[in-house]
Amino acid sequence: MDWIAWVLIPLVKALVLLVLLLTAFAYLSYVERKLVARFHVRYGPNRAGPFGLLQPLADALKMLFKEEIIPRHVDKLSYLAAPAMVVVPALLVWAVIPISNLSFRVFGYEITFYLTDLNVGLLYVLAVAELGTYGIVVGGWSSNNKYALLGALRTSSQMLSYTLPMGVALLSMVTIAGSFSLLDIVNAQRGLWFVVLQPLGFLIYFIAGLAETNRSPFDLPETENELVAGFTTEYGGMKFALFYMGEYINMITISALATTFFLGGWWGPFAAQLPILGIFYFVLKVAVMIFVIIWVRASLPRVRYDQLMRFCWKFLLPLALVNLMVTATAVAIWG
Amino acid sequence: MVREVVQGAVEIARAMWVTLLHLFRRPVTNQYPDEPVAVYPRFRGRHVLKRYDNGLERCIGCSLCAAACPTDCILVIAGENTPEERYSPGERYGKVYEINLLRCIFCGYCAEACPTEAIVLEYDFALGVYNRWDAIITREQLLEPHQPPHVVLRSDVTLEPDWGLWGGTKRAK
Repeated sequence: MDWIAWVLIPLVKALVLLVLLLTAFAYLSYVERKLVARFHVRYGPNRAGPFGLLQPLADALKMLFKEEIIPRHVDKLSYLAAPAMVVVPALLVWAVIPISNLSFRVFGYEITFYLTDLNVGLLYVLAVAELGTYGIVVGGWSSNNKYALLGALRTSSQMLSYTLPMGVALLSMVTIAGSFSLLDIVNAQRGLWFVVLQPLGFLIYFIAGLAETNRSPFDLPETENELVAGFTTEYGGMKFALFYMGEYINMITISALATTFFLGGWWGPFAAQLPILGIFYFVLKVAVMIFVIIWVRASLPRVRYDQLMRFCWKFLLPLALVNLMVTATAVAIWG
Repeated sequence: MVREVVQGAVEIARAMWVTLLHLFRRPVTNQYPDEPVAVYPRFRGRHVLKRYDNGLERCIGCSLCAAACPTDCILVIAGENTPEERYSPGERYGKVYEINLLRCIFCGYCAEACPTEAIVLEYDFALGVYNRWDAIITREQLLEPHQPPHVVLRSDVTLEPDWGLWGGTKRAK
């Protein structure tokens, strides 16, 4: 194989993905503020540009021009590395998410709408997404601040706990799909989306996903009433924005994964005849998932920490295991 | 436990339904610098000194407002009316009349104490100044009819009858 196929094309694709994701992050912050405002019967940002559309730009400029403050008591290296450690894993997951099965040829090279198709894509996704926890722990620890540390500890235990039911729920989905490859999983949903076969699995995945991304009602790391600002307490300016970037990109990622695993990826009416529709369906499904996540944020109050842990270990995990057993039995009998 | 789960799910669904309904309501925000704020007739904003219909000042310089003021922010020095220089119907008039708006708490006691209803708390609430001395408003400023564009008067009817499903404070004028 030559270097164009192995280096150049993936590099260009990764760059495009990066730009798209960062733009999506910027506008997701706008969309979330706007939507939550409408849920509160307010207008939301509407001053910068028409309908406040330039608000993300204004926010980014403001963040950039903030004074770079590094508190004297922090561990400098890990303090500076932590925000990047949150953002990078969130972006890495997108390497295996297939946006469409569409492919076209440019100068004899086949270009597909996914960066790579790993045969253990699902394991990769879970492993890499979990790496973001390190960023939070390191951020909380290096801040040398008790609130930041408590927030970081909470967050890490929350994220680790909720990975279990999420993984088990995905496992029962995999028993039906019969593959760890994300491409195969989506292709297996051509006739019937897995959300129909696995409604419980989807629900468990969604709830665990909210907890994984530290979204409301599981936004324990940011309990401002008890922890100031959790692990972001000592952060400001662009470093703080990076933590937020990680959170928002995780939110997009969780929505995209839910689309891939349960909502049939790019499949939809006439997607088989007109493959270009697939991209539209994918984006639409991701948008709907994001809307639901924001809607949940506007509706439900934050849970207490003991409730969060009890709910995960005593309810969600057993439920996921039962779901896995039932699915496995059904697949063994009829599959 | 099953009952608990079902109940919880129902409650969550109800909560989500309520917020979804609110998503389609009209925002109740008043876009203040672009739109005027509608205040009630009894709103207590910046003071104004009133005149009689014939143009004579109502203020007779009695200092009752200054006496009633809990923060001592009013200064009145009375002057004698002469046949040549007549400002008010009585013997005396308010020669110096100053209100320190930084000290004023807008309680309205001065208006209550005034025997001639000369001083009235009107509707202007945008009282920011760039110089601390500008916060002391004088007799000349107080005597001018003061109707800033960012304030409009609303009816004394309470909001509730208009607070329907589609919300909106703007319809209540």
